[in-house]
Amino acid sequence: MNVERLLRTLLLSDYNTRVVVFGTVALGIAGGVIGVFLLLRRRALLADAVSHAALPGVAIAFLVLVALGQSGRNLPVLMIGALVSGLIGMGCVIVVNRYTRLSEDAALGIVLSVFFGFGVALLGIIQKMRGAAAAGLDSFIYGKTASMIRSDALLIGVVAVVVLIGTTLLFKELRLITFDPDFAAGDGWPVGTLDVTLMALVVIVTVIGLQSVGIILVIALLIIPPAAARFWTESLRLMAVISGLIGALGGYLGTAISGMAPRLPAGAVIVSVMGAAFTVSFLFGSERGLVRVLLDSLALRRRVLNQNLLRALYECEETGCTDSADGQIHYLSTARGWSAPQLRRWIRRATRQGLLTTGENGCWDFTDHGRREATRVTRNHRLWEIYLLEHADVAAAHVDQGADLIEHVLGDALVAELEDVLADRDALPASPHSLLPANEARTS
Amino acid sequence: MIWTPLDTWIVAAAAIAGAACALSGSFLVLRKMSMMGDAISHAVLPGIAVAFILTASRASGALFIGAALVGILTAVLVQIIRQYGRVDHGASMGVVFTVLFAIGLILIEQAAGQVDIHPEHVLFGSVELVPLYTIRVLGANLPRGVVVVTIALVANLVVFAALFKEFRLATFDPELATTLGVNAKLMHYLLMTLVAITTVASFEVVGSILVVAMLVVPGATAHLLTRRLLPFLTVAVVVAIAAAVLGHLAAIGIPPLFGFEDTSTAGSMAVVLGGLFFVAFLFAPEHGVVAKAFARIGLRVSILTQDVLGLLARVTEGTASTSTPRTTTDTLREYRRSPFRRRRSGLQLGLTLLRLRGLVRRRDGRYALTGAGRDAAAGILRTHRLWERFFFDEAGVDLSELHHAADYLEHYTDADLQGALSEELLRPATDPRGRRIPE
Repeated sequence: MNVERLLRTLLLSDYNTRVVVFGTVALGIAGGVIGVFLLLRRRALLADAVSHAALPGVAIAFLVLVALGQSGRNLPVLMIGALVSGLIGMGCVIVVNRYTRLSEDAALGIVLSVFFGFGVALLGIIQKMRGAAAAGLDSFIYGKTASMIRSDALLIGVVAVVVLIGTTLLFKELRLITFDPDFAAGDGWPVGTLDVTLMALVVIVTVIGLQSVGIILVIALLIIPPAAARFWTESLRLMAVISGLIGALGGYLGTAISGMAPRLPAGAVIVSVMGAAFTVSFLFGSERGLVRVLLDSLALRRRVLNQNLLRALYECEETGCTDSADGQIHYLSTARGWSAPQLRRWIRRATRQGLLTTGENGCWDFTDHGRREATRVTRNHRLWEIYLLEHADVAAAHVDQGADLIEHVLGDALVAELEDVLADRDALPASPHSLLPANEARTS
Repeated sequence: MIWTPLDTWIVAAAAIAGAACALSGSFLVLRKMSMMGDAISHAVLPGIAVAFILTASRASGALFIGAALVGILTAVLVQIIRQYGRVDHGASMGVVFTVLFAIGLILIEQAAGQVDIHPEHVLFGSVELVPLYTIRVLGANLPRGVVVVTIALVANLVVFAALFKEFRLATFDPELATTLGVNAKLMHYLLMTLVAITTVASFEVVGSILVVAMLVVPGATAHLLTRRLLPFLTVAVVVAIAAAVLGHLAAIGIPPLFGFEDTSTAGSMAVVLGGLFFVAFLFAPEHGVVAKAFARIGLRVSILTQDVLGLLARVTEGTASTSTPRTTTDTLREYRRSPFRRRRSGLQLGLTLLRLRGLVRRRDGRYALTGAGRDAAAGILRTHRLWERFFFDEAGVDLSELHHAADYLEHYTDADLQGALSEELLRPATDPRGRRIPE
């Protein structure tokens, strides 16, 4: 029944819908882009304090308007009130932080709750005023996206454009103060001014977002899209683009879904959609997503196992224990402490990957590719062992463990350097220690 | 302003809620996780909403269980996102609590038609309505809100009294706590549960946002006043109770002064809490801004007077004590090592202060040390020259640089250090330039 309504919203059939969607999408983009820097500077919750601190400003602006005989619903004036008291709140956080031994989050908690309480007390007064229509003020707390009119949407659009232009022009500078403020300061950049510019943009976006998504949820627009974007890329530029897109998507879909049924507050739906986008990114993000990280670590573990197996088989061959499959298994399990079933499973996998093959008398032998790989791995291991022996004064009994840890991550460049140092370019050096398992080495 | 029995119940509910919040909040402040209180108080909204929808009533056990579960869920989610997603702590809290709050808001809006619940009540509380809903407890008709926050307060008291040592250890030295067999992780989640329960119990009274003020501000105020845990908790509880009483008085008393009607008690409580914090911020005996400023001024004054005393002693050194003072301010200014050669201010102030203390006398614009002034000045010269001796003999500092080093240290050297210095140098009689070191 509501699918039709959803479609109508998604396709922007109504004028009102177009206005609201334009506004929320612009807000999502502005919040997403500027939020990237906020997140990376680890100041995400400062925006929370700022948005809460804006409430008394709204209430005072309303009271002043009424006292002057005006209508209290003059949006630009209310927003200026919000802006001023949001800035005062931010100043208070900085002062408490600087002049007390309280931690930053205590300063944030104090400012946001006390300012908000002041705002609530003022609202309590306003609601009981005779004749003054206080309706509309609570839209600052929960947000009234649906009541957005053309001028509101245009204001948001202008701010979004300002934010986009500002971040594009100042991209290099913002990147510098985001990742290395000390270096930037040492290099002569006006870090303080840039920081103030960034925070001013944050406060502005927060304030224009107040009316549509509300005080409590507006920080979601600044935090969730960048946090989600972080899972997809390591590049700041790309992160800003993705974050803006997620913000836009949240605004678009959230508005559309909230139109499907009555009593679906758009601000809350927008934040929920962004939350869903965050969950997807957290799980499946291509760069830092949980699945990707788990797969990477699994792949690494398999590669390490494979290399260990190849080297062990190679050493087995060197010591001449290759007359039968049982002999091989015996050597490998005593030398490395692997259990026979484990070994057979790994060997099957290596066979599937074309590294090993079954030779005469059921023994396992290397394929050509497997032999190259085994030689390389063994060589790396021994090069490192010899390096540890000759240059790091490690006892012969301990070099095996040291080399075991590092051999899997030796890159080509490092191997070349080792070859230079050890001047043993082509040959595969003999192992500097006995290859027989400890108990057999003693008896032989 | 008229005080009725209703007001008494309102203040009682607010004070008890405040005390409960102050207790668990103090540990949040000490563990530098104040914003976790903010996150949990927002995030319990869906728990409250679901419990309401399922049981269609307010104060029920389901509410507490729902809240406790969501509280732990919040802490766990924040931890997961932080650990596995490598997201900054603040941002992971921001993500979790905004999304949970949004879901809770949607649920409440959806249920608003069927259940007696409004977002305003959850967000701002309705302490004014507390006396209206009563239940029978032990044969007496008590406001339900008061009973609920009392249960929360008792829960806090029991847990912290039973695990006082463990909480103290896990708060101040988690590593040591782990070594001694206290499970720091368990303590963390226990505290989170307690915060969630306290928050839910109090939300009816103060609402889910102002409860943050009750959690964080009393503890933060106590943090400025004391360093010991038990006084810390006491101060926090006292601050919370005072804020309840003063906040309600302000709510019903102040707006009428400006021709308005009364206002929200919860809001004014938060403002009063902020005011109390501000007072502590300014006037805390040790860490207050004013105390620190006074300490700085006191130090500067003592350095100034010591400089002037030392200068007078050097200028008049060697001349016999005469009854007519001969030193003018110009002489003092132009003396070779005078710290006032370029600095115009300070000298006059220092001389005036010394005259008030009876260490310097003046006649016809000329100055001289009094008897007591001579003794005090001799002490300063002695310290100065002992330090010069020390730097010259023991540290091989160049003659031309001796003065600055000694000049700095003489202000921070007490009698004990002076005696030790003299013993260390085998009671020298002269400084490196051969001038006498006064006794």
